[in-house]
Amino acid sequence: MSVVTEERTGVLAEVSGLSIAYRHGGREIPVLRDVSLSLRAGEALAVVGESGCGKSTLASALVGQLRGGSRVTGGSVRIAGRDILAGDARTVRTLRRQQIGFVPQNAGHSLTPSMRVGAQVGEVLRATRGMDKRGARAEAVRLLAQVRLPEPDKLVDRYPHQLSGGQQQRVAVALALAGQPRLLVLDEPTTGLDVVTQAGVLALFGSLRAALGISLVMVSHDLGAVSAVCERIAVMYAGRVVETGDTRAAFRLPAHPYTRGLLSSVARIAVPGLPAGMPGSVADAQEASGCAFAPRCEFAQDACTTGAAPRLAPVVDGAAADTPRFSACLRQSEVLAAPAWEARVRPPQPRELDEPLLQIKGLTVDYRRRPDPRTGPTVHDVDLTVRRGEVVALVGESGSGKSTIAWTIAGLRRPTSGEIVLRGSEENAEAPADLTRSAARRDPAARRKVQLVFQNAGTSLNPRRTVGDAVLRPLRLRGLRGEQAREERDRVFADVGLEPGHADRFPAQLSGGQQQRVGIARALAGGPALVLADEVVSALDVSLQASVLRLLDDLRDEHELGYLFISHDLAVVRALADRVVVLYLGRVCEEGPIERVFGETNHPYTRLLMDSALATEPGAHEQLTGSDGEPESAPPAAGCAFRNRCAEHIDGLCDRETPPWQELGEGHRIRCHVPVEIGARP
Amino acid sequence: MTNLTVHASNARTRARRIALPTRPSLLAGLFLVGLNVVVALAAPLLAPYPPTQPSALDAIEGSSSAHWLGTDQLGRDVLSRVLYGGRYAMLISLSAAVLTVVFGTVLGCLTAYRRGWFDEVLMRILDSVLSVPAILALLVVVTALGSGAPVIILAATIVYCPALIRVVRAAALSVVGLDYVTAARARGEGFWPIMAREIWPNILDVVLVEFAMRASWIMLLVSSLSFLGFGANPPTPDWGLMVSENRSLLTVVPLATIAPIVALATLIVGLNLAADGFAKARGIDRITGGLR
Repeated sequence: MSVVTEERTGVLAEVSGLSIAYRHGGREIPVLRDVSLSLRAGEALAVVGESGCGKSTLASALVGQLRGGSRVTGGSVRIAGRDILAGDARTVRTLRRQQIGFVPQNAGHSLTPSMRVGAQVGEVLRATRGMDKRGARAEAVRLLAQVRLPEPDKLVDRYPHQLSGGQQQRVAVALALAGQPRLLVLDEPTTGLDVVTQAGVLALFGSLRAALGISLVMVSHDLGAVSAVCERIAVMYAGRVVETGDTRAAFRLPAHPYTRGLLSSVARIAVPGLPAGMPGSVADAQEASGCAFAPRCEFAQDACTTGAAPRLAPVVDGAAADTPRFSACLRQSEVLAAPAWEARVRPPQPRELDEPLLQIKGLTVDYRRRPDPRTGPTVHDVDLTVRRGEVVALVGESGSGKSTIAWTIAGLRRPTSGEIVLRGSEENAEAPADLTRSAARRDPAARRKVQLVFQNAGTSLNPRRTVGDAVLRPLRLRGLRGEQAREERDRVFADVGLEPGHADRFPAQLSGGQQQRVGIARALAGGPALVLADEVVSALDVSLQASVLRLLDDLRDEHELGYLFISHDLAVVRALADRVVVLYLGRVCEEGPIERVFGETNHPYTRLLMDSALATEPGAHEQLTGSDGEPESAPPAAGCAFRNRCAEHIDGLCDRETPPWQELGEGHRIRCHVPVEIGARP
Repeated sequence: MTNLTVHASNARTRARRIALPTRPSLLAGLFLVGLNVVVALAAPLLAPYPPTQPSALDAIEGSSSAHWLGTDQLGRDVLSRVLYGGRYAMLISLSAAVLTVVFGTVLGCLTAYRRGWFDEVLMRILDSVLSVPAILALLVVVTALGSGAPVIILAATIVYCPALIRVVRAAALSVVGLDYVTAARARGEGFWPIMAREIWPNILDVVLVEFAMRASWIMLLVSSLSFLGFGANPPTPDWGLMVSENRSLLTVVPLATIAPIVALATLIVGLNLAADGFAKARGIDRITGGLR
């Protein structure tokens, strides 16, 4: 950092040989095994890995707050030279107050709902810095301004529920900064935020570091997010650090097969096609001997499965880096010599798609009970076509009406106006079905042709019914009973990569990826023509994301399925979709074939999404600037919905008249007043 | 396709059984309730004397080897009457609790599922029923329609149903919004299969706790009615009635009053412990989804 004082050269946080075990069912399960890390003042360290690798445990150990039931079985965590896990309660509190700020996962839940945000920040200020009420308020306003919240003097008097998710996250950061910490521990700080908001929050971390010179430890499963902020990285697998060093060097040339696997699982916005992924899951980590990653590792040899776990050894990659790199792999040189991950992407297949499956014309959904001249309907005048075997992606931030459209197609909401028609297959001469009716009133054959897959596999399965039962139910509605139904269930299970033996399990006995496969199996069991996939991979770890994306891709060829693929993640969309429809506040602003939309000419909103997503890709080299803007909550009654956030809006035109469609050929069109030549990417 | 095959045999997915309720408080509660039920059923075998047989010569005696708990003012054996005394109230409260739970669960789930005007109207009706004190409503019904067992059962059901509907509705509301219910609706299932398959198993904990609580409240209510002279008629052996009959002799033969109270207390405490135990056992369940 710019100023290197005497104090800053020292080590601020030192984790040495830390082992933590968690008591479960009368057994002690190791969560962290012999973890050593050190962080100098002003440094930013990222801790990455799949869920279940011990990242969050490490974060809570850094603030001296272990989860109930866990126990330190060895090692220490020293913050500014003092052990935070061994001291008495008072010492630990003092240490925390003076040195550490913590931003927990899900900021919305970490704020007290009944207290104004200014009072919450003020409480910390009065406790840690002995301020009086008036001084605390003034300082709270300053802190809220520092985290770049708009109108901080008004915002201090708001309650958390009046803020958006991104704003709550910023308040949580302000809260952590209130005690003037030297170390900021961030646990999954951008999970659940929209791309644009995420880029804004990440840019904030960068600027805070520069302004305050504090150290960051950022725990995340999002490799892109950490590479934008942290220059050092620690990759964790099964409770051990397997690779550590310079972030860019590690992403350019990973020295551990796990880092390599993670990187090859991430869908890239700049690379078309499906990511390669890696087999298995963290639960496969062997406890007996050798390297925990060996069962999933393509480089594994016999030597990897015997003896002690490999120790961290310096990486010899010939590159000069500020930070030395270490990797715990016996076959480091082979890993370094292997071809880069880009070579293993499954390229998009050219497909002949003609027969239309779903046709939506002028769909409008209005939730308002009374007409309100200041706002417009939630979803307005949406045209959409999905052809047989085609993946159409519906893209937009939260609140853009993506899910509303899906629910309307599924018959769970009634449209206010518009047509939704599901075309029957031409070979079988099926009649088209009107999907504006509610699910209960549809013809059973039309009903089962449309199937939903949900975002959260955990809540989409009944916890008290076996997963086999979840799949049998739609089969029963199709008229299959007894042995016939069980055969069909096993066939559907095989289609999604589950074994027949899984049928007797309860959802809690399956991993997240397996649960999502059951969700897909349930949809397949209905015999669909159209699958509505609502953020199906966004809650999964990257390695599972890659495998579920591949599964979806395989299934559409096997069953000639049309997908309406809803996602806020452009990289995932690029991996799977044939066509993209960009939605802002329930209005389509751009649509077209995937390569065209990801090409040069875009609607200003698409460009904002794209820039935010590009800046947070693993190994992105652009300086992260980030926009602090967030989508409005209600669409306007007239004009372009995006005008308030648009840098190019034309006064007197964009706020009055609905923008016209500008056709750019090959079905690519943009709904904007600004002529596309001006709107082109520089 | 190799990366599509999910490894089945790992530590997290090893088959586990549904946990049996083995909490001490639950076991103690179930034991006390079971003991009372068994005693009531087996009273004819256990009782040393017929419960309604007066014997003027033995009236108002303390405990002795012939009468372990003494006798009352008519010379009836207190032990025999205590053993028989739970039958009437238990029969009534059990039937009323079952009826309450059945109606309450169905209506509670229905109103949570339907929402809209149905929910609105039902809730206002329940508010008006809830605003009348239970014992008062029961007294009015008994005075008007007589104190036969069916009347009391029906009256207790009507009085306690609203509270149960509300509790079940609240529990069901947290379930109907979940994706698996949405999935069931999207595949066109009607209310009954959705309630039976998707909602009911996930609110079973609430229903069990409510059942035990309601049973104990109705038990107390029926005993109170008997005490006030509106429930069981003399010479029926009934704990509430016994307390009422013998309370004037409290200083002379205290056991005749205390014994039925203790008997009633064991049942109530048992029911409450069971309710508590269910709540805690199922509470743990909720996190792991029915697994340990």
